[in-house]
Formats: sequence, structure tokens, C-alpha cells
Amino acid sequence: MIVGGVSRVLLIEDDPAVREGLELALTRHGHRVRAVESGEEGLDRLRTDIPDVVVLDLMLPGMDGFEVCRRIRTAGEIPIIMLTARSDDMDVVAGLEAGADDYVVKPVQPRVLEARIRAVLRRVGRDQAELERHGDLTIDRAGLVVANRGVPVSLAPTELRLLLELSGTPGRVHSRQQLLESVWEHGYFGDSRLVDACVQRLRAKIEDDSAAPVYVQTVRGFGYRFGPV
Amino acid sequence: MAPRPSLGLHARLLFAFALLCVVTAAAVAGGIYFQARNGILQRTQDAAVLAMKSRLEALFPLRSPSPNPDELGDIARAVSDGGNSAIALYGGTRSPVEPPPGWWRPGGSAAIQDVRMIPAELRRAVADGDIAWQRVVWQGEPILVIGTPLLIVERDRTWVSGIEVYTARSLLPEQVSIDGLAASAWRNGGVALVFAVVLAWLATRGVLRPVRELGRAARLLGEGELRTRIAVRGSDELADVARTFNNTAAELERHVSQLRAMEADARRFVADVSHELRTPLAALAAVADVLDEEAARLPEPVGKAARLVSQETLNLTGLVNDLIEISRFDSGVAALTLNEVDMAELVRATLRARGWSEQVRTELPAAVTARLDPRRVDVILANLVGNALRHGEPPVSVRLSADPQWIDLEVRDHGPGLDEAVLPHVFDRFYKANAARARSEGSGLGLAIARENARLHRGDITVVNAADGGAVFTLRLPLRAPDPDGQSTMGGLE
Repeated sequence: MIVGGVSRVLLIEDDPAVREGLELALTRHGHRVRAVESGEEGLDRLRTDIPDVVVLDLMLPGMDGFEVCRRIRTAGEIPIIMLTARSDDMDVVAGLEAGADDYVVKPVQPRVLEARIRAVLRRVGRDQAELERHGDLTIDRAGLVVANRGVPVSLAPTELRLLLELSGTPGRVHSRQQLLESVWEHGYFGDSRLVDACVQRLRAKIEDDSAAPVYVQTVRGFGYRFGPV
Repeated sequence: MAPRPSLGLHARLLFAFALLCVVTAAAVAGGIYFQARNGILQRTQDAAVLAMKSRLEALFPLRSPSPNPDELGDIARAVSDGGNSAIALYGGTRSPVEPPPGWWRPGGSAAIQDVRMIPAELRRAVADGDIAWQRVVWQGEPILVIGTPLLIVERDRTWVSGIEVYTARSLLPEQVSIDGLAASAWRNGGVALVFAVVLAWLATRGVLRPVRELGRAARLLGEGELRTRIAVRGSDELADVARTFNNTAAELERHVSQLRAMEADARRFVADVSHELRTPLAALAAVADVLDEEAARLPEPVGKAARLVSQETLNLTGLVNDLIEISRFDSGVAALTLNEVDMAELVRATLRARGWSEQVRTELPAAVTARLDPRRVDVILANLVGNALRHGEPPVSVRLSADPQWIDLEVRDHGPGLDEAVLPHVFDRFYKANAARARSEGSGLGLAIARENARLHRGDITVVNAADGGAVFTLRLPLRAPDPDGQSTMGGLE
């Protein structure tokens, strides 16, 4: 992942004008943009040319954005930002559940999209800290590897950042607003559903029983807390 | 509308029935009573008069045309019997007072012992030569007094002898039976009245039930329950009314649903248009930045044109976003994403995000937490403060206060305030306070959206002009907004 330098963006958008406009704007911001017009084409492209980030329109002809999102997720841990038509309907929730890291609402201003791309690409700070153990979970902050009972867990970048943020201060409660600012780099009024969806995906990967979480616990009315294990 | 109209009608009908019954019973019972009473008295009188006549006939011929008291006593005795006593008068002379043999039978007879018992009217009639009778009440007892003159008949002429015989007969037994008659008339009347009231009650209830049903149905209809219909029973006038009501309700329902369909169509059209505009706008918005950044390097007037396109693209984007937002409220799909929020922190974040922290005075008590949708409250607050900064005069202040149920956020400026005529309309869509200002900086939907957002929380926004100048917008929200089924907050699922 490259930040500050040239990053490779795969843009999947069916409308030619929007595609061309975004390609133009993102290129001006210094990204190398590959623009395709369908989900199938995008998945094809991913096999040969791995981008740093995928910008994905949810409303696509043929294979829809949710399905594309799920397939990208099963293939790897590339950050996904979805383009959605509406800000607070089921599309957003469904998209986040399908594994998207963030979303922007159309019509989007290029500088907003640019800020989101930079946020998901921001390098996770590598510490020289020793291997942390929390119950059966081991977190290697230097190698950015998380393992459950010795088995490496594959985490998307946002999930990893969320886990590192929470586990950095075990037992401390983080409000959704704080997490939105520290993990997503959204302002105070970011969409708290981003946090909730990411927590659920994270739990599905590291908890034995996501209905009775041990590592990422909900503090009702306040936010989330790591442990205490 | 009277509070309980059907009761009044019920009581009135009941009263009318009872009155009718009383009048009828009184007329029937009274008529029968009087007829029976007269019959009884007539029979008694006739019998008494006949008996007296036959006794007097047996008396003839008289011994002397001008009898002395003894002879008068004989005459009186002859006319008396067990049931009545007699007195014979001739001029100033009268038969001696003596009780007839065994004269006192309780309630049976009366004795004429006193001439005063005989009414003067009766005496005049008798003196004229007629047989006459009259009922009198003597010492509390009803008495029939019969008087007859004795006539002298000589071959071809007849004249009054001057001797008058009076008998008295007690009417006590008749009085008793008439009283009995009256009592039974009263009794029967009373029973009939009770019976009539019960019948009337049942009948009015029968009539009034449909009327009440009609009233209830009309009330429901008025409350917007347009599918209200009533059962039509029989084919009387009430059934006609019910049928008319049902037809009217059906028509009303049809019209209302037509209007609603038209309104829904209009709103859907707006929503569709907004969504259609979104895609070309997305393309425009994507390149507007490029134009804006390059504008400085472009020669005039191209640079100016580029800036204009860029600025108007932004405005258009805002308008379309607002239109889409308002159509989401209209279609009822807008939902709350609730979070526990520190209010002071929220207000500060809103001001900070827009660079207003320096311009706005705040009065924010700490430790006021509320359960609400912070993004929507941010939209409301940004709109109110933005308006105050644009249209009002500084200083602009935001004051937070809370009670156990509600939080109030008061946004105030110190300008001249709003025109009183404008106040009721400030939350209307596209309402322009000043007609000359064709376009304001906002989309014209800002306050309408702010209010929709407040109402989604089950709160509201109100506006007044402060006594010492400036407009005061008050956002009032429940401390804990109602959960929208927990479906929009994924955190709520856990």
C-alpha cells in the first residue's frame, strides 16, 4: 500500500460520463486509474492487475455491486469504497455487510473521494512492540499479523486498523464517533453504521461466537471496548 | 356538539312517551270514573225518590190541610224507613225531632234533625211544587236530601198544600264504592304508566341504537377513518340515512384516495426527477473541481465561465441532494440512526466542522447526554446557525438546556427579527421571505428539512421574535428518541 505516492485505483462504474469524470479527477490527484464499466470486467482485471483500492458503484448492470464486493473480499483484502446513490438506506448497510470499508454518496465531490481513498490507504503504523497475546488471539503489531489459536486471520485493512485501535488500550471504551475519527478519518458526524458493520465483520473472523463476543465487546449506549479477556 | 346528544334525545323521547301515557290514562280512567260515579249516584237517587213517592202515596188522604206538629210527625214517620229519616214541614211548623227506630246504622243512614241541613235552593224548588233532590255534605258525610211538596188534588185542579216532606239518605256506601273505583283507576293508571315507560325505553333504545351508531361512525369518519361503514337494517327512514351515510363515506374515501394518489404521484415525480439528475450531476461534480482549479490559469472570460460552472454545479448538487432528502421524508423511508451523544460535544463539533466556533457564543452545560441521530441533529443545527449568521446580526448564540424529558437548543441572533407575516411560513418549502431575492444562498429547503429531521425524532422546531430583537429558533428534542425498530442501528442488534 502506498500513501502519498502514486496509488492504483480500480474504478468500476457503468455510467460513461461519471466514469470519465471521476477518472479525470482522480488522475489529477495523482492516482493511476483503471476504469471499467461492469463488475465482471472489474473482477477480470483484478486477476491480473492488483490495485491498491477499488472504487465500486453499487448499481451495476449484470452482476450487482454487492456481489462484486463479496467476490473481491473472498479473493483478498483490497480496500473497497462504494459509490452509492443514497446515504441512509439499506444499500449502505448491505454494502457494508458485503465487506466494503467505506462509502461515498453520489454526486460525490472528487476531494471527498480523494480523502476517503487516502484514509483507507493510510499505512498502519508498524510498532516495534512485542507480540501481544489476548487469550487465544495474538497480534503482531510489527508484522501486522493477527492469529487466532495460532492460525493467521485474514483481515481487511479497516478491520485490522479497528482491531489495532481497540486492542491498543484494552478495557477502554471507544465511542463510535471516536472510532470514526481515528479509523475512518471521518469527522464527528460520520456514519456510525460503518463502525457497527466493521465490528460485525471483525467478530465473525476473530470471535468463537460472534453473538457472545470476548474480544470486541459492545458497551451499550457508549461504544466498543477490547476485552478485558 | 352537545357532549352526549343521544342521551338528551333518549330522555326527551322517554318523557314524551310518559306524558302521552299519563294523559291517555288520565282521560280513560277519569272518563270511566265519572261515568261510573254518576251512574251509581243516579241509581241511588232514582231509587230513593221512587221509594219516597210510593210511601207518600200510601199516606193519602191527608187528615188536615194545615197539620199540627203531631200530624207532621205522623207524616214524617210514614216516610221514614230503616235507611233514612224524614222531616215534614208546614210553614213554620215541623215534625218533632225523634230518631227513627234503630236509625243509626254505621255508614247507612242519616237523620234530618236540623232544618239547616236542607239547602235553601232545594226548599225554593219544593215550595214551587216540584219534587227535588240535592246532594249535600253535612258534618263531613255525603247525604242525599230529597224534598217533595204534598199536593192537594180536587177534581180539576191541583195546588200546593204547603206541607213539605224531606228525607235524607246517607251516600256513605256509594262514596266508599266510588272511592274504590278511583283508587283502582289510579292503580291501573300507575301500572299503565310504568308499563308505558318500560315500553318507551325499549322502543327509544331500538330507535336510538342506529342513531348512536351513526354518530359513532360519523365521528370515526371525521377522525380520518375513511373506511367506516354502518350496517343497514330493514328499510325504514333510519336505514335510508345509513345508506346515504355509507354512500357519502364511500365517495369521500374515493376522493381522498384519488387526491392522495395524485399527491403521491407528484412526490414520486419529484423523487424520480431528482434521482435522474443525480447521475449527470455526478459526472459534472467530478469535473467541476478540475475546472475550478484551472480557472485561475485560464484567460478571461473563460476563467470566469469555468468558475461559474463550478459554483453552480455545487449549488445544483446541494439542491438535488435536498430534494432527494425531502422526498425521502415524504415517502417515509427516512430512518434514525440512534447513538448516545454528549450534546455539548455535538454542538461544538457542528460549529468546528464549519469553522463557526469563533463567531458563535455558546452556553453548553456539560454532561447532557441524549439518544439521537447525531448526523441529523448536525444538519438541523448547521441550518439554524447558518441562517442566523447569514440573515441575522451578530452575536449569534446557541444555548443548551435540558429537563428530564427534553433537550432544548436555542439559536438566537440579534438582528431585526423576522417579519410577523413571515413567521408562520419560515418552515415552508421554497418559501422566500423576500420576493425580490429570487434565490437565496440555500436551496430553499433547509428549514423544511431541519423541521422534518426534528419531527423524525418526535421533536419540533419553533421560531419567535425575541422581545429585545432577533429571531429565536428553538429545537426541542426528546432526551431519548424512539427506536425505529432497531433495524437501522446495527449496534442495536447486539
